[in-house]
Amino acid sequence: MMPEIAMSVLDIAQNSIRAEASLIGISMEADHKTDTLTVVITDDGCGMTPEQVAQVEDPFFTTRTTRKVGLGVPFFKQAALAAGGSFRIQSEVGKGTTVTAVFRLDNIDRMPLGDLSGTLHTLITFNPDRDFLCEYRVDGRGFTLDTRQFREILGGVPLDEPEVSQYVREYLEENIRETNGDAQI
Amino acid sequence: MKSLEELKAIRERMQGQVGMRSADSNQTRVVVGMATCGIASGARPVLNTLAQLVQEKGLKNVAVTQTGCIGLCQYEPIVEIYAPGKEKVTYIKMTPEKAKEVVEQHLERGLIVSKYTLQNVDL
Repeated sequence: MMPEIAMSVLDIAQNSIRAEASLIGISMEADHKTDTLTVVITDDGCGMTPEQVAQVEDPFFTTRTTRKVGLGVPFFKQAALAAGGSFRIQSEVGKGTTVTAVFRLDNIDRMPLGDLSGTLHTLITFNPDRDFLCEYRVDGRGFTLDTRQFREILGGVPLDEPEVSQYVREYLEENIRETNGDAQI
Repeated sequence: MKSLEELKAIRERMQGQVGMRSADSNQTRVVVGMATCGIASGARPVLNTLAQLVQEKGLKNVAVTQTGCIGLCQYEPIVEIYAPGKEKVTYIKMTPEKAKEVVEQHLERGLIVSKYTLQNVDL
């Protein structure tokens, strides 16, 4: 089991990268009124057949060859269900995959969100050839980071350039802090 | 909220001086396993510490990258160092603190921190 939801987000997004996605959407929305934390990871990668979608929640299914188990999706699903939430994967070959996990925000068994800025910063700066659309919201307030917009402003300066990487880190940390306010997610 | 104006300023400062870090044969590669096993055991802070220290210390010939499952899940987080002309060194059960030591000893001074390597750790 992952000790932070943000670690699962990193892990699931790695699947999108392996699926050759060019745009990966990561949206996280906490809402105290409905007592939900909704995490959606969506990509335009190679997608899966209905058979593969059925298999992917099985810990003993993996496409890799270095080991016989694949725990990324099962961990994420387990974390959501343990927190009184729900879990769904929608996928279509050639179109992409969407993974949706809903957690009960106030459930005692919900893992903390954890280091979300660390996860997003890692994804953006270690995969400078992919685009990420990150959204974070708490009770309606929040922010978006679209690497396509960053790229446009940067001209040819790459996202993994040290100064840019530092800016991305600060952008995420500051905006997540402001979005959270007094809330602990 | 942080403004995008700063990003424009970075562009103006950086333009014309990027693209200097292309991979060459003199480059040392630092590879961190970032599959489920690595992430669950704490690879993300290890990767970020390595990348940040390499940046801060200005180690131009070092590239920090990520890979999938290395196949030794029970020893994660794993960091492999490939230096040109040298045998691969595998550090296991890494933490940000150990990573700092590896940057200072191995990457800066060329000294292998054997107490953290796969060959020497008391398993």
